[in-house]
Amino acid sequence: MKPAPFRYADPGSLDEALDVLVAEGEGAKVLAGGQSLIPLLSMRLAAPATLVDINRVPGLDAVEATGDGVRVGALVRHRALLHDGAAARVQPLLARATANVAHPAIRNRGTTVGSIAHADPSGEMTSVLALTDGAVTVATPSGRSVVGWRDLFVGPLETSLHGPAVVVDAFFPALAPRSGTAFAEVSRRKGDYAVCGAGVVVTLDADRRVERVRASYISVGLVPEVHDLTEAVHGAPADSADWAAAGELARTLVDPDGDLHASADYRRLLVGVLTERTLAEAATEALERTAA
Amino acid sequence: MTSVDVERSITVTVNGVPREATLPVRRLLSDALRHDLGLTGTHVGCEHGVCGACTVLVDGTPVRSCLVFAVQVDGASVTTVEGLAREDHQGGQVLHPVQEAFRECHALQCGFCTPGFLVTIAAGLEARDRSAEITEEEVDEIVGGNLCRCTGYANIKKAVRHAAAAMRPEHTGHFGGGDGAW
Repeated sequence: MKPAPFRYADPGSLDEALDVLVAEGEGAKVLAGGQSLIPLLSMRLAAPATLVDINRVPGLDAVEATGDGVRVGALVRHRALLHDGAAARVQPLLARATANVAHPAIRNRGTTVGSIAHADPSGEMTSVLALTDGAVTVATPSGRSVVGWRDLFVGPLETSLHGPAVVVDAFFPALAPRSGTAFAEVSRRKGDYAVCGAGVVVTLDADRRVERVRASYISVGLVPEVHDLTEAVHGAPADSADWAAAGELARTLVDPDGDLHASADYRRLLVGVLTERTLAEAATEALERTAA
Repeated sequence: MTSVDVERSITVTVNGVPREATLPVRRLLSDALRHDLGLTGTHVGCEHGVCGACTVLVDGTPVRSCLVFAVQVDGASVTTVEGLAREDHQGGQVLHPVQEAFRECHALQCGFCTPGFLVTIAAGLEARDRSAEITEEEVDEIVGGNLCRCTGYANIKKAVRHAAAAMRPEHTGHFGGGDGAW
């Protein structure tokens, strides 16, 4: 239960980090908060030849909330995002989901962007990036590029990023007007990996009727997906829509796997229950944000 | 050019004392504390971040010492369970209110998980508004990341409430000379 030997560098700038990644080649891996990576190393599920620790790189620890959305730097810890009031006003899903990430001691060290780059389908923030239709900024020796969530997630713990690259930030677009969000998960113990989780966004029309409903699930499927549940409740008054029908629809759309912690059928059941519950909550918020 | 190393020398302030160590870069902070610095109060349980037994404070913030490499805390300040009690200026020590509460409430049995609980709870109680009465939700949030396999959580949670009461501003005079640091 000790990491295999590796080489270690802690560069003082992004350019130096990219230089080391280039020089060390294929076996180099970026280390940020390490709350997912270090357990993998200790369990010998991963054995990179070199760790490039970006914790001393300046300029990566800012949360920038504007009218367009929230940009989260690569070294922003979950705890900082959880307590960022401006970010929560622009995109309430961020604080709601982050509150479900592990335990306080893990949130103190783990980074939001790192958990996205880790691409674990049990991770809350991968799902939130998808649900908000977000993207990451990737720095490589040849420059920067923006990679949308659909192009980023390839499989469990696998992204489309190859070669020397550092994810420098994640951008979560702002919540649309007349919309509300909710996030909930079921876990064996509070703070454990979710057996199943759900994040939802409900958008109303000017008459306070349901215009659009989207949901994304945690620990369901190999990569984050966004499901459109609008057809089950379209046009219904937000305060009396049949959210159970939307939950039923969601159950037919997902294809969860069973494992040691829960059967596929149990996860499908939870998708229905959590969808109904979160949609009702999100609709209440959407109503508050919609002028009567 | 950035150096790429397999071994490094680091300086860390542990419980207020500057300490130096030369160690392999793969050395976990938990192992560095125990093996390189001889501070065996920090216990190693699951070694993958689940149990909380190895929790220490890095620059005042609780982290799992099994999920941090020792080289990463070069230049930082670390507090372990050995650093919770205070000198009483008469050659002895005064327990931290959380340690006192654990003794009062029988919040430990075998003691393996205790150092992680003590450090986590001490930081949690010091960070909150001490004049307010602690809620059950706060108690659960503070201890939720630590596992105990023998005493059970009832007495641990009782100790948290007990310590929170002892740390209210009007009571801190009992501990450490009333300088308010606890």
